[in-house]
Amino acid sequence: MIELTGVSKIFNEGQPNAFPAVDGIDLLLPSGEVTLFTGPSGSGKTTLLTLIGCLAKPSMGRIRIDGQAVSGLPERFLTALRRTTFGFVFQKFNLIHGLSVLENVMLPAAPLGLPRQQVMRTAMEILEKLDLTRKAHARVEWLSGGEAQRTAMARALINRPRVVIADEPTANLDSRLGSAFLQIIADLRHDGHTVLISSHDPLVLHAPVVERVVTMRDGRIVERG
Amino acid sequence: MPTPWIERQAAFIDHAVRAMGRRRTHQIGLWLVYTLLVFLLASVMLFAHALRHEARLLLQDAPELVVQRLEGGRHALISETHLQILHGIRGVGTITPRLWGYYYDPVSRANYTLMTPPANPPPPGQMTIGAGVSRVSGLTSGDLFSMPGSDGIKRTLVVRDLLSAASELVSSDLILMNAADLRPLLGIPAGWYTDVALTVAQPREVNKVAEKVMQRMPDARPIQRQELLRTYHALFDWREGILLTLLGVVLLAFAILVWDKASGLSADERREIGILKAIGWQTGEVLAMKLWEGTLVSMSAFLIGYVTAYVHVFVTPAPLIGAVLKGWAVLYPEFVLTPRVEGLQVLTLFFFTVFPFIAALVIPAWKAAITDPDAVMR
Ligand SMILES: Nc1ncnc2c1ncn2[C@@H]1O[C@H](COP(=O)(O)OP(=O)(O)O)[C@@H](O)[C@H]1O
Ligand SMILES: [Mg+2]
Repeated sequence: MIELTGVSKIFNEGQPNAFPAVDGIDLLLPSGEVTLFTGPSGSGKTTLLTLIGCLAKPSMGRIRIDGQAVSGLPERFLTALRRTTFGFVFQKFNLIHGLSVLENVMLPAAPLGLPRQQVMRTAMEILEKLDLTRKAHARVEWLSGGEAQRTAMARALINRPRVVIADEPTANLDSRLGSAFLQIIADLRHDGHTVLISSHDPLVLHAPVVERVVTMRDGRIVERG
Repeated sequence: MPTPWIERQAAFIDHAVRAMGRRRTHQIGLWLVYTLLVFLLASVMLFAHALRHEARLLLQDAPELVVQRLEGGRHALISETHLQILHGIRGVGTITPRLWGYYYDPVSRANYTLMTPPANPPPPGQMTIGAGVSRVSGLTSGDLFSMPGSDGIKRTLVVRDLLSAASELVSSDLILMNAADLRPLLGIPAGWYTDVALTVAQPREVNKVAEKVMQRMPDARPIQRQELLRTYHALFDWREGILLTLLGVVLLAFAILVWDKASGLSADERREIGILKAIGWQTGEVLAMKLWEGTLVSMSAFLIGYVTAYVHVFVTPAPLIGAVLKGWAVLYPEFVLTPRVEGLQVLTLFFFTVFPFIAALVIPAWKAAITDPDAVMR
C-alpha cells in the first residue's frame, strides 16, 4: 500500500519562477492493483511518479510505503527502495548505450553481490518471457522501439520489485506493440505486482487491465475512478 | 561475508571496463600521455638518484688530499724527492704515489684511464678492464690489446678479467695494469709518479695540511675531496634543475588534461550516472565503479611507465635523458648505471600522478551522483 498525504512538489522553490508541478495530493494506492495516471501534458503525472518512486523528494507532504514514511529518509534509504521495491520503465527507456540488452538488464543487480551466473540466469528468464532471447547480446542502440521498451521492462524486473512504474509506456509504440505491452502489464498484475502507469493514450485508458484511473490537471487530482 | 563483496567489486570492475571500452580512443590517448609522463619523471628521478649515489661512492673512495705538481702551469711528474718532502710534513698520514694516465683509442674512439692499482696489480703483460671498456671495444678475457707507448713502440697485453665493481661510473673506463707495462706506455721513468694521494691523521686539519704542502712545495697543487664534492654537486644539481623544469611543463600539461576531465563530465557520463542512481545504485557504488576505473588506468600507466623508465635508465644507457644529466662525465665511455631505487621516491611519484588522476575522475562523478536522479525520467 502506498499512501500520499498533502504531497506537493514545487520546482525552483523560493524563486520568482517557482512552479508547483504537483500540488497537495492525497492518494491511496492498494497493493497488487494497476493504476493509470492520466491528464494533459504538463499536468504533473511524471513528477508525481518520480515522487512515489523515490527519485525525488516532495517539497511538502508525506509518502508512506507499507506504513513506513519515506519522504524524510536519507538518500541512501531512498536508493535502497529504488533498488528493491520499485522497477522503473522510463519514457525514453534510458538504456545505457554501448552495452548489450543482457548487460543493461543485469545492471540493477550489480550492487547486490549475487553470483554473476545466477543474475544472468534470472535475466535470461525474464528476457525469454518478454520474447527478447534472440536480442540478448545485441547492443541496445540498434533495438527497435518495442524491443527497447521490453528491455527497459526487463531491467525494471530484474530485482523482483513489488511496484512497477511505467511513464508514458506506449508513447513510442504503434498500436500493435501497445497491445503487447498491455499484455505484459496483465501478466505483472497476475504475478501480484503493483503497477503505476502514466499515459494519455486512449488505448491504455480503455484497457481492461487498468483497475483505477487518476486524472490530473495542473498538479491536482480532478477525478478518481 | 567476503563472497558478495567480491561479486560486487567484480560487477563494478566489469561495468568500469565496459564503460572505458565505449570511449576507447579517448581512453587510450589519455593512458598514453599518462604513461609517458610517468616514464619521463621516473627516468629523471631514477637517473639522478643513481648518479648521485655513484658520485658519492666515487668520492667516498677518493683520498682526502691529492697532490699534483705543476711546471709552468702544466701538469708535471712527482719524484721520490718530492715524496721525501711530503713525508716530512706533520699531520700527513699515509702517502700513496699513483701511476695513471689517459689513452685515446682511435678504433673505438673513446678515452680510457690507464692505472696501476696500489695493491694487487695484474702481473706484467696482463690487464683488467672496466665494463665500459669491454662494451665499447668488444674486449673480453683472453683477448689481446695493443697500445703504442710514448716511444712509439706497440705493446700488447692480454685481458685477464673484467672489473667487478659496485659502481660502473667509477670503474667503467678503467684499464688496470702492472707498473712495468704502464711506465713505458705513459713515458714515466722509474722513480717518478703521476701524483700522490695523502691521508690526513686528523681529517679536520686537512686545510692546514694542504697549506703546509704549499709552503714546502711551492709548485704543488693540493686538491681536497671536499672541493671535488662541491663541484660535482653544483654542476649536477644545475643540470637536474633544468630537466625538472622541463618536466614541470609536462606535468602542467598533464594537470590541464586532468582538469579538463575534472571540470566537466560529458552529457553521456552524467546521464549514465543518473540512470545508475535511478535503478538503485548507491552513490558509494557509483564511486566504487569510478574508483576502479581510475585505479585500473592509473596503476597500469604508473607500473608500465615506471618499469619502462627502469629499463631505460638501468639496462640501456638512458639515451633520452642521459646526454643532459651525464654531461659532466663526457670523457667516460658509455656506462650503464647500477640499479638503485628509493622507496620514498617511488611514493612521491605515485602521489603526484596517481592521486590527482583518481581524484579528477571520482570528484565530478560524485557531484553527479549526489543530485536527485529524477532528471533521467524526462
Ligand atoms: N525540473 C523542473 N523544473 C521546472 N519545472 C519543471 C521541472 N520538471 C517539470 N517541470 C514542470 O512541471 C510541470 C509538470 O511536468 P510533468 O510532471 O512532466 O507533467 P506530465 O508528465 O503530466 O506531462 C510541467 O509544467 C513542467 O514544465
Ligand atoms: Mg510526463
